[in-house]
Amino acid sequence: MRPFEYSRASSVGEARTLGGRFIAGGTNLLDLMKLEIETPEKIVDITRLPLNEIKETGDGGLKIGALVTNSVLAADERIRRDHEVLSRALLAGASGQLRNKASTGGNLLQRTRCGYFYETSQPCNKREPGSGCAAIGGFNRIHAILGASTNCIATHPSDMAVAMMALDAVVETEQADGHNREIPLRDFYRLPGDTPHIENELKDGELIVNIRLPKPKAGYHVYRKVRDRASYAFALVSVAAIVKMDGSEIAEASLAFGGLAHKPWRDPKLEAMLVGQTPKRKLFEDVADALLADAQGQGENDFKIPLARRTLISVLSEATQGA
Amino acid sequence: MNKHVMDEAIGETRLDRGTQGVIGKGAPRYEGKLKVSGTAPYAYEYLAGEDVAYGFIVPASIAKGTIRSVDATKAEAVPGVLTVISGDRIVRAASQPMAPAAQTIDGEVFHYNQPVAVVIADRFETARHAAKLVKVDYDAKEGRFDIAARTTVREPASMPMEPNQTRGDFESAFAKAEIQYDQTFTTPSYQAAAMEPHATTAKWDGERLTVWTSHQLLETAPGQLSKHTGVDADKITVHSPYIGGGFGSKLGLGPDAVMACLGTIATGKPVKIALTRQNVFQATSRRGETVQRVRIGVTKAGKITCFAHETDTTNSPGNGFFEPSGISSVFLYPGEDRIVSHNIVETDVLMASACRAPGEATGMLATEGALDEIAEQLGLDPVEFRRMNEPEVNPQTDTPFSSRRLIDCIEEGARRFGWSDRPKTPGSRREGEWLIGMGMASASRKNDLMESSAEIEMSPDGRATVRTGMTDIGTGTYTILQQIAAEMLGLPLDMVDVELGDSRFAPSSGSGGSWGANSAGSSVYVASLALIRELASRIDADAETLTLKDGHAISGNRQIPFADILKGEAISVTGKIEPGKQAEETHQASYGAHFCEVAVNVVTGETRIRRLLTVGAAGRILNEKTATSQCYGGQIWGIGYALEEDLVIDKRNGLIVNHDLAEYHVPVHADVPQLDVVLLEDRDPHASPLAGKGIGELAIAGVGAAITNAIYNACGVRIRDYPATLDKILAELPDDYLTAA
Repeated sequence: MRPFEYSRASSVGEARTLGGRFIAGGTNLLDLMKLEIETPEKIVDITRLPLNEIKETGDGGLKIGALVTNSVLAADERIRRDHEVLSRALLAGASGQLRNKASTGGNLLQRTRCGYFYETSQPCNKREPGSGCAAIGGFNRIHAILGASTNCIATHPSDMAVAMMALDAVVETEQADGHNREIPLRDFYRLPGDTPHIENELKDGELIVNIRLPKPKAGYHVYRKVRDRASYAFALVSVAAIVKMDGSEIAEASLAFGGLAHKPWRDPKLEAMLVGQTPKRKLFEDVADALLADAQGQGENDFKIPLARRTLISVLSEATQGA
Repeated sequence: MNKHVMDEAIGETRLDRGTQGVIGKGAPRYEGKLKVSGTAPYAYEYLAGEDVAYGFIVPASIAKGTIRSVDATKAEAVPGVLTVISGDRIVRAASQPMAPAAQTIDGEVFHYNQPVAVVIADRFETARHAAKLVKVDYDAKEGRFDIAARTTVREPASMPMEPNQTRGDFESAFAKAEIQYDQTFTTPSYQAAAMEPHATTAKWDGERLTVWTSHQLLETAPGQLSKHTGVDADKITVHSPYIGGGFGSKLGLGPDAVMACLGTIATGKPVKIALTRQNVFQATSRRGETVQRVRIGVTKAGKITCFAHETDTTNSPGNGFFEPSGISSVFLYPGEDRIVSHNIVETDVLMASACRAPGEATGMLATEGALDEIAEQLGLDPVEFRRMNEPEVNPQTDTPFSSRRLIDCIEEGARRFGWSDRPKTPGSRREGEWLIGMGMASASRKNDLMESSAEIEMSPDGRATVRTGMTDIGTGTYTILQQIAAEMLGLPLDMVDVELGDSRFAPSSGSGGSWGANSAGSSVYVASLALIRELASRIDADAETLTLKDGHAISGNRQIPFADILKGEAISVTGKIEPGKQAEETHQASYGAHFCEVAVNVVTGETRIRRLLTVGAAGRILNEKTATSQCYGGQIWGIGYALEEDLVIDKRNGLIVNHDLAEYHVPVHADVPQLDVVLLEDRDPHASPLAGKGIGELAIAGVGAAITNAIYNACGVRIRDYPATLDKILAELPDDYLTAA
């Protein structure tokens, strides 16, 4: 860990003016700093900021403070009742101890678990732009099958973000110049392209203050996470699904995927394929094929393509039967 | 010195009489309160409050080559850095068990992330940061990283077993066999992954070197450190009173111990080094990956006629240790014509050494899977197939078995588990999206008795203190030694203290190979007998018939408190056990059977263990609770072998890619169902004076195969390439996976 300057902010405004890398739970950043994968010169501790409440918005939605811990969020009665896919996704991630520390804002900003990103003597365009990608042709079991580039095939590890993607969450920020802005989560993350080290749309000094959930999405909520052990492992494939039926037809559908790409994956055309249709296996297969039309395996992770297909078909079957 | 050589079977002993009634009982752990209250000091916690320095290792960023230069200028300029040690004294990794010393680097890089230098600084954080500033230049060379390439194949050493054992003419017999089973199994590399990382506190006072380190086998430690430091061995004391798991990886001395000693001598300050998890994965030792060919000839009626188990396994240059996958194949199943053989494929990866039941853990994944396949081919129940192939004597040597309750274990397990309810064909039992299956496997673990000694001191008040250089790696050694001494001497448990883990104490077997309880325990038995003789002589009683209970000697109508016999004087005796003719005249092993029920997800191929039962017979059980806990541990590691563990070596560059516990998966609570362990009543009078045998690693042996055999029964997918991750199952799962509405 490289020596760094530490300061603690007592207000959002102060956090902004102090300048430096924000730290909340530290469950990811500290590990990365110990290994000198991240080497910030200044750390601004934001844990004292008044951003740890979950407030109801007028339209039935919720405004989640960026510092609300994953444990508190998962256990919140309103989340469990109205946005249950989020509660399920949170509880499918990490461990109890980590969820007690991890913040909502920080969870969105988790960095990849690619083994080569974690090994500083190996090339990694995400860690050291221009150095190359050791995961291509290497051990890439957990890597992306959608949206990857020749520069990076890493995946985003968050479960929470996948559920929030399905819930149409909006990230509320305060920028370095004091202006607030809102970024729909679906526009928040970037694909790796030529700049895998830039993972989201946040600008320097921009702080996530809240994550807003719009009014509850009625219907059957599923979070299905497939992984290499029963707990405490990152998703190989995960599916967040919310399906509302109208009689025998699908009225509304919302789908998001984890473990497949550099970002939580959402593809509106899949949802459009479902709406107005009568659930049947052929339909689910068509949706899965549409999801995976451009899927590209990297060798070790080729299995993710059939795995994602089967998992999605199973989830859609469950959700349409349950709804 | 009172010595017992195990030349003859033991007769009835005080342990059989059980006058005090403490042997075998599930006595609570002697050191349990210290551990659960966080007050049992581990190696890194010594010298708290003293002015100490901290060391941090600089790892190599290539896998093979020559170190051209080490430039520590920037590191040494960091305020707080005391010194940077580099050069030939740096060690590659841990030492091999009982080796004279660890391998030094001698200007070379032998594996990726091998230690190249160590930074000593006044703070841990400073050392860690400065380590990043040490610049090392290399002449990199092409390395060998893939076992399958077989670039360099060589003969193993004769440790931990005779690598090649053949009998008759296997090839001819196999060619003539009615059924010829021939399959190849692969197991990946593993990390022992003890919870406590290798860690050391070392203090040089200008004359003596005092070392606290997490180490399973102390006896050779001072000698090893002497070679590394030049300090006379008799001026080196090594302490290892509490150890947070070893699993074989701490049988050798860790690189932390050597470098902390070099650091304290160089700086004059006590030095602490705790390996990071990445260091543990890359600078201690690992289990070698294996490629195992199993060939078994069988008659159509189901009799095994010939048996071959040929293993390739890896190790690095200069290391003769090999993963002895064929260790149980020597004696477990019959066959007149036999081959058990091992080759080392030399690779430029971290050295391979002992890891959680070397041999059985990997070999029985193969052979117990093979037996399941053959039974199926023959239309035989796997239980029946094993019953039909129970040898009467060791099939390799014709030596009689000392005690062998394999079939009893299998039958008891089958009855308790409800084996008769096993689905008859794969894929035939389904609950929602889960396919249900049952599998079983045999367990065997070769038994070894090692030379070991212990002192017992009885203080004038009649309390006894057992002292031995033995270690307790979480297995329960403190407790069983207390129980043995208490039972032998007729003392309540709370009148017996146990002190372990000090190289000045009587030398012991150390903790490894499941031999610790039997070997160290026998030395306590021998010392106890000597102490009893001494007590008896002082009251003119016959030692043999003297009854001892609750701190009293009872002879005829006399009942004398020990304190009255001792008359204010303490007595100290030392006892020693040595293996003898019994080890040659009988074949000794512990036996067991595993039964497992799994659910395989028909959509995703995920496996969940539903039930797991192990029945074991390992001679006398010294403490029912700690023995059972040992078996739980074995079962859990078995889940790891079957489903999860895979130390990934990048075949392009030799990097161990998943070098932490986030991505190197070991079982977590959610992977582990309610575990059942049943220990059969057993005595093995040939194995030791305790009539006990090793149990620590018995439950690991074969358990993974019981799980994968259950996976086959559930879904029809045979696993020969471990672990059984979902991708290997997925490809063969049926297409009709949707649960009906």
